Amino acid sequence: MKGTSVTHRTTHSTARTTSRLGVVLAAAALGLAGCASDGAAADDTDAPAAEEVTVSDAWVKAADSGMSAAFGELTNTGAEDVTITSVSTEAAAMVEQHETVENETGEMTMREVEGGLVVPAGGTLVLEPGGNHLMLMDLTGPIEAGEEVTVTLTYADGSTADLTAPVKDYSGANESYGGGSDHDHEDADGTGDSDDMDMEG
Amino acid sequence: MPAPGKGARTDRTGSTRRQFLLGGAVAGVGAAAAVGADQALTSTDAPAVDAAPLHGAQTVPFHGAHQAGIDTDAQAHGLFVALDLRDGTDREALRRMMRILTDDAARLTRGEPALADSEPELAVAPSRLTVTFGVGPRFVARARGEAPGWLKALPSFTVDRLVPELSDGDLLLQVAADDPLTVAHASRMLLKDARSFATVRWTQQGFRRAHGTVRPGTTMRNLFGQVDGTANPVPGTADFDRLVWAGDGWLAGGTGVVVRRIRMTLDTWDELDRSGREQSVGRYLSDGAPLTGTDEHDEPDFEATTEIGFPVIPEFSHLRRARSENPDERIFRRAYNYDDGGSGTQVSDAGLIFVSYQADVERQFVPIQRRLDELDLLNRWTVPIGSAVFAVPPGCDEDGFIGETLLT
Repeated sequence: MKGTSVTHRTTHSTARTTSRLGVVLAAAALGLAGCASDGAAADDTDAPAAEEVTVSDAWVKAADSGMSAAFGELTNTGAEDVTITSVSTEAAAMVEQHETVENETGEMTMREVEGGLVVPAGGTLVLEPGGNHLMLMDLTGPIEAGEEVTVTLTYADGSTADLTAPVKDYSGANESYGGGSDHDHEDADGTGDSDDMDMEG
Repeated sequence: MPAPGKGARTDRTGSTRRQFLLGGAVAGVGAAAAVGADQALTSTDAPAVDAAPLHGAQTVPFHGAHQAGIDTDAQAHGLFVALDLRDGTDREALRRMMRILTDDAARLTRGEPALADSEPELAVAPSRLTVTFGVGPRFVARARGEAPGWLKALPSFTVDRLVPELSDGDLLLQVAADDPLTVAHASRMLLKDARSFATVRWTQQGFRRAHGTVRPGTTMRNLFGQVDGTANPVPGTADFDRLVWAGDGWLAGGTGVVVRRIRMTLDTWDELDRSGREQSVGRYLSDGAPLTGTDEHDEPDFEATTEIGFPVIPEFSHLRRARSENPDERIFRRAYNYDDGGSGTQVSDAGLIFVSYQADVERQFVPIQRRLDELDLLNRWTVPIGSAVFAVPPGCDEDGFIGETLLT
């Protein structure tokens, strides 16, 4: 179902949906007002969050040790916002939900999201380098390109969903941290892929 | 579709800007709707003459029994990259690598960005992009698979002046599309994802006529000006299937590919007059017809003689020497031209990236090349400087990956 609506993103704020999405929401609301047994939107209101939210294009950045991050797109087909209360994975001792914000000096830094990220009703939460993401802290072992990492999302209603994400080498996503200059510019890239490709020939 | 003039271009400025913006947004949601959105924009904002679907939106299915890019009508641009596996890339790592590369290829050929694609806007115009993987002897050994007997360097030919840096390799990527920017983006994405498993051994960049310049299906011309590839078996026929697709083991549904870089000494070719050029190949330059015929696809008549008794198609001609009595000694050619430009008094460094697909390299390709090596007037102006042989695994379905028959 991905691609049926277009989510406009802005760099400095949580992903919000467009007027096009507003039309979808209005239609869903009409369905509710009409007949509870007629239309998927009505039925979906009672479904657990884990069934309302679908995850697509998830991936995790490869790292030898230390930290990594998970990205992807979470789409909420329900009529209520869904909050992610916690995230866990066997690949890391701890997972934090991070957002990227501009600090007082105008620098983009990332920090933990108070209360958890929200997947807007009828909309999409985009997790991407330089934006919102799931930070894998204190990796339990190397995460190698091409393997798959399973991440468990727990939503506010207690429902959980496992997402399986392939691991990819990625040179970006080296965000600096807000608060405490000693963490600034810490390299989250543990891929160790510094040896250059031999381009001759 | 008429070519837009300057006026049309000005009219479209606004829609181009919007296409760009939407392209970015679409990329964010996976770009599945990119093509549809692009067409929608074109039809609402652009003059009616521009309403035809853009060629950039054309796709070639990635999944299937065979890999794409073999029986696909050859695209305008072809990039060939051979990789050497790193020492630590074992069977398990090969599986991880091929899963990632397959996922990249499947997404990019649909016109979607790859996962973790840092230039998603470059992915939304696939232009018939195909990505075709081939594996060399060491890849099969690392996979602990059984290599077909022909999967090895070709025998040495007397005409060869091979350079190791342009020969062999463990993994071949053939990336082809009708748009060179699409090819560049796809190959960079694939190579970034291959980087922790392998290093680049050689790269060859090739071209044919641009899309739309000649009718689809027109036999290509090489830089000698010759029609090149007339005798090819026709994709979709039983003849093609028999000659190209392998039948056994992990390679069933796959094939073998020979990639040879053949330098053309154009500066001395220039010294040869037109009839000499036609004698050397056995075909007319104008339309590729054999010297005994009037149409490109006429069967050559090797018995025909001139008034003074010489064969019309000379014994030493490329056409005569390449032709075998044995109908199984045939190959499917899918070559590209290369031109790396001149230097000093040598005004070009150009030639042919010879590419042929065949089920059994030893039985089909080698006998042809042996005959050409022994006698072919064209050898005077051609020098093979690179040579590599790869096994091309079969295709896969949407849950699978290229190489799975070897790696699982």
